[in-house]
Amino acid sequence: MANYPAKLAELVEDFESITNRNERAEYLIEIADRFSSVKVPASIATKPYDESHRVPACESDAFVWATENPDGTLKYYFDVLNPQGLSAMAISVILEETCSGRPLREVAALSTEIIFSIFGREVSMGKGQGLMGIVNMVMAEAKRRL
Amino acid sequence: MSDIQSRGYVKADVLVSTEWVASNLNNPAYRIIESNEDPLLYPSGHIPGAVQVDWTTDLNDPLRRDYLDKAGFDALASRIGITKDTTVIFYGDKNNWWATYAFWVFQLFGHTNAKVMDGGRLKWEKEGRELTREVPTYPATSYSAPERDDTQIRAFRDEVLAHVKAGLPLVDVRSPDEFSGKKLHMEGYPQEGALRGGHIPGAQSVPWARAINPDDGTFKNAVDLKAIYEGEKGLKPTDDVVAYCRIGERSSHTWFVLTYLLGYQKVRNYDGSWTEWGNSVGVPIEKSV
Repeated sequence: MANYPAKLAELVEDFESITNRNERAEYLIEIADRFSSVKVPASIATKPYDESHRVPACESDAFVWATENPDGTLKYYFDVLNPQGLSAMAISVILEETCSGRPLREVAALSTEIIFSIFGREVSMGKGQGLMGIVNMVMAEAKRRL
Repeated sequence: MSDIQSRGYVKADVLVSTEWVASNLNNPAYRIIESNEDPLLYPSGHIPGAVQVDWTTDLNDPLRRDYLDKAGFDALASRIGITKDTTVIFYGDKNNWWATYAFWVFQLFGHTNAKVMDGGRLKWEKEGRELTREVPTYPATSYSAPERDDTQIRAFRDEVLAHVKAGLPLVDVRSPDEFSGKKLHMEGYPQEGALRGGHIPGAQSVPWARAINPDDGTFKNAVDLKAIYEGEKGLKPTDDVVAYCRIGERSSHTWFVLTYLLGYQKVRNYDGSWTEWGNSVGVPIEKSV
């Protein structure tokens, strides 16, 4: 975790300290409520989206885009087509707020383990796959530019 | 005749409409239960008076890969304040995928006073009906379930192996890529759970969501369902059918459709599903890629 983007490392530590399931859910819902701020604008992509941006195995139909900043870092954008995909929205907000503008090496070195730290060990197999898929897409965008 | 009654289902009374639920919110004879894939949905807002039954924390054994036992079910029933006379009404996200899964587990313990709200959470939300964040509490009840009966609607690996050898029908409800064996790995890491891709020999591919009208999450009518399962795939209501997916959740939806909506007499859900079959040594596998 030491090499994660600093804000993400702090957030992961926050979530790891939460033992109450309801408290964790409330925190994640609060984060998901900010989803509109990370949603892909029409200037980047419009529906129907190019399938190359689709997150594999995500039942919430999540999509990820990255554009390059002048300093070589990336700005991430997301969409989640399933309006009930609150967990997918929450992880999208977390990744945008903590990884956009961060050095590519930091983002490329993320681990899908953050899903369990953030959502708890009881996250279902199917749900976990989709959420890890979003993390993998964000990492992949950084890796291929290194 | 209600819309649901007019769709030609064999056991139409297993479904209730959103309108019916809205008019029975305070009826103590019923308990509304939300079961979702996404654990954030219930706390973000649910039908007033509804309790949550979560498949990972409420329905599964915390240690072994199995469902809760009689003592666990008794405790769950007590927590949500139901007796054997209470009719439980399930609804949830993903077109009631998890609602039918919870419904199936309740049938393992013989709680037959059970229904599903047609359209699930999607239809309720689309109709602009009330959601609340207030979590209800009900007086604990004393509930004594029978021992879990795994013999009627649940299939185990060796039974499925015998089923395959006998040439009996199976329905694989996963996506076409999972069925074909094309999809074995996700980008960056091996797909969780299965070392081999493909399907159980002889299985027919019918992705579970084909039974649904995607716009509002309601079940297709009996004519359309028969066209899929019988017209396309050649199943018959008298067939001995095994349904499976990856861990038995999506296939519980198909089990529900075949058993209640089309009235099939013997349908079992193989909950070991592909995560067991695709990792088992020596079992036969077919691939179509």
